[in-house]
Amino acid sequence: MRVAVVGVGWYGFKPTVPELSFREMMFEAAVRAYEDAGLDPRRDVDAFISCQEDFWEGIAISDEFAPEPIGGVLRPTMTITGDGLQCVGQAYMMIKSGAFNVVAVEAHAKPSDIMSPQEIYEFSLDPNIRTLKIPNPLFQAGLDAVAYMRRSGASREHLAMVAVKNKVRGLLNPRASHSAKVTLDQVLDSKPVIHPLTRYEIAGFTDVAINVVLASEDVARRLGDKHVWVEGIWWATEVGTGAVEWHEWGRMPSMRLAALGAYKLAGVEDPLRQTDFSEVEDRFSYMELLSLEELGLGGGGAHRMLESGYYNPEGGYPVNPSGGSLSMGVTLEATGLSRLLEVVLQLRGEAGGVQLKDVRRAVVASWRGPPTYTSIVAVVSRD
Amino acid sequence: MKPERVPGRYIREEDLRRLPGVIEYTPTARYSYSAGQALSEFLRGLKDGRILGKLCPSCRRVLVPPRVYCEFCFTPTTEWVEVTGAGRVETAVTSYIGAARERLEKPEIIGVIRLDAPGHAENSFDFAGLFHKLCGVTEDDVKSGRVIGMRVKPRWKPVHERMGSILDIECFEPLQPREVV
Repeated sequence: MRVAVVGVGWYGFKPTVPELSFREMMFEAAVRAYEDAGLDPRRDVDAFISCQEDFWEGIAISDEFAPEPIGGVLRPTMTITGDGLQCVGQAYMMIKSGAFNVVAVEAHAKPSDIMSPQEIYEFSLDPNIRTLKIPNPLFQAGLDAVAYMRRSGASREHLAMVAVKNKVRGLLNPRASHSAKVTLDQVLDSKPVIHPLTRYEIAGFTDVAINVVLASEDVARRLGDKHVWVEGIWWATEVGTGAVEWHEWGRMPSMRLAALGAYKLAGVEDPLRQTDFSEVEDRFSYMELLSLEELGLGGGGAHRMLESGYYNPEGGYPVNPSGGSLSMGVTLEATGLSRLLEVVLQLRGEAGGVQLKDVRRAVVASWRGPPTYTSIVAVVSRD
Repeated sequence: MKPERVPGRYIREEDLRRLPGVIEYTPTARYSYSAGQALSEFLRGLKDGRILGKLCPSCRRVLVPPRVYCEFCFTPTTEWVEVTGAGRVETAVTSYIGAARERLEKPEIIGVIRLDAPGHAENSFDFAGLFHKLCGVTEDDVKSGRVIGMRVKPRWKPVHERMGSILDIECFEPLQPREVV
C-alpha cells in the first residue's frame, strides 16, 4: 500500500507576519490544506501530528497548543520535537500500519516572535561548551564549511555561486521573501559573518505555517489525481548536539544515512538518473553542496557540477528550483515542509514562475539546522 | 520560626557553587508574542471596560476568550459579541503558596467564571468563560463549596490604569443581591 500527499496549505512566508498569532497562522494553513485535499478535518482526518520545539515556541509543553487550530480537538493528536519531515515520516508509518487512512501533518515557525534567537542556539549546546561563551553559536556552520572546502577542493567562489543561484532564482517565487538580485562579486566582497560565510550565504528567518495532508492509496485515488506519492522517507541523527567534538567535520553522515534509507524504500539506486530534481538543505551556502554529496547527487564533486551549471533550473539536474532556504528563509521546524511543499507543487505543475518541465520524481532533504546533526530525506513522485 | 543551630560545618551557597562538577547557566529566552486578530481586539476591549467574544456561526457558541476559529466546528468565527461580564463561578480553588513555593501571607483565590451569554449555545464544557482571580470571596466559601455557582462580576481597574491586558480586570467579585450588571 502506498502513501500519498493529498493536500498542502500554507500561510506566511514573510520575514514577519504581525497580523496573526501563531495559532491563527496554523488555522489558515490548515484550512487551505484540507480544502486542497477536499477533506473535512473533523470527519475525514484520523490523526494529527505537529512538529515543534518549545524554545522556538516560547511556550513550555507547547504540544498542548497543537490540536485546537488544526482541527485536532478531541482526536488523536501528537507532537514530535523535530523537523516537519520527521512528522511526515511518522504519518507514513501510521498509514502503512493500516490503522490510519488520513493523517494531517503541521509545522510552523514564528521567529519574528523570538527576541533572542542567538541565545536559544547557545542554550541548545552542551552545558560544558556553553561555558566558553562563543560569541556566535552558529560557529558550527563555519567549522563544517571550512572542513568541507578542504576535503572537497571547493573554493570560496563555489560557495558564493550557490548563494547567487538560489537568491536570484527566488525572485520568481512568491514564497521567497529573502530573494535578491545579487552578483558573485557582491557576495564575495561582503564582509564575512562566520568565515567563510557572508550574510548572503546564511539564510534569514521566515514566519510561516505549513500543513500537509497524507493518505492511503485508496483514499488518494478516490480524491482525484492531484496526489503525489511518498515513495520512501528516512531519518537519522549522528552523535547529536551533545558531542560536537565527535561530529564528522565536513561531512553530514545523518544526511547520508537518511538518503540510503529513503532510497532503499523507494527502490532508487542511482538518484542522479532516477530522479529529476531536488529540494535540499541550503540554509548555509556550503550545505547545498555538502547535502548533494551526501545524497549521492554530487557526481564527481558537487562544486564542479555546480560550476558547470548542472544544478541550474535549466541544467541537467535542477537543485532548489524554488530558491531554497537562502531565498525562502529558515522556517525553523517547518523547513523540511517548505522543501516538500515546493516539490509537491512542482510535481503537480503548480509551481508558477519556478515550474520545471517534465518532472516526475524528486528528492527532498532537510537538516534540522545547527546545532543538530539530524537529517531527513524523502523520495516523492507522481504517476 | 528559625531552625535551631546544630553542630557541624555550615556550607554557604557560594561555597557550593564553587565546587567542581557544577555548571551554572541562566538561559536568556525572550519573546514578543503576537496576540493576533482575535486576542488583540479582546485586549483593546478590556481597555474600554468591555469583554468581547466571537460567535461561531455553526454551533452558535460565543468564544471568550475569542478565537478566529471555532475549534469544534473548524469554522471561522464571524461577528463580535459583547458580554456583560456577569457570570457564575464554574470552579474555584485557594492557593496557599506562590510560584517559588513560598507561603503566601494572604492566600489567593482563583477560578473559572462561566460568563452570561444569553441566547447563545453552551454546554457543560464549552461556554464563554474567563480564568481569573476572585475577590470578596473567603477561603471558607471555597472550602465549603459555596463559591461554586456564585454570581460574580468583574472589578475593573480605573480607566487611566488600564493597559489592554487581562489585568485591566482586577478580579471577579460577588454580585450584590438583586444587583444587575
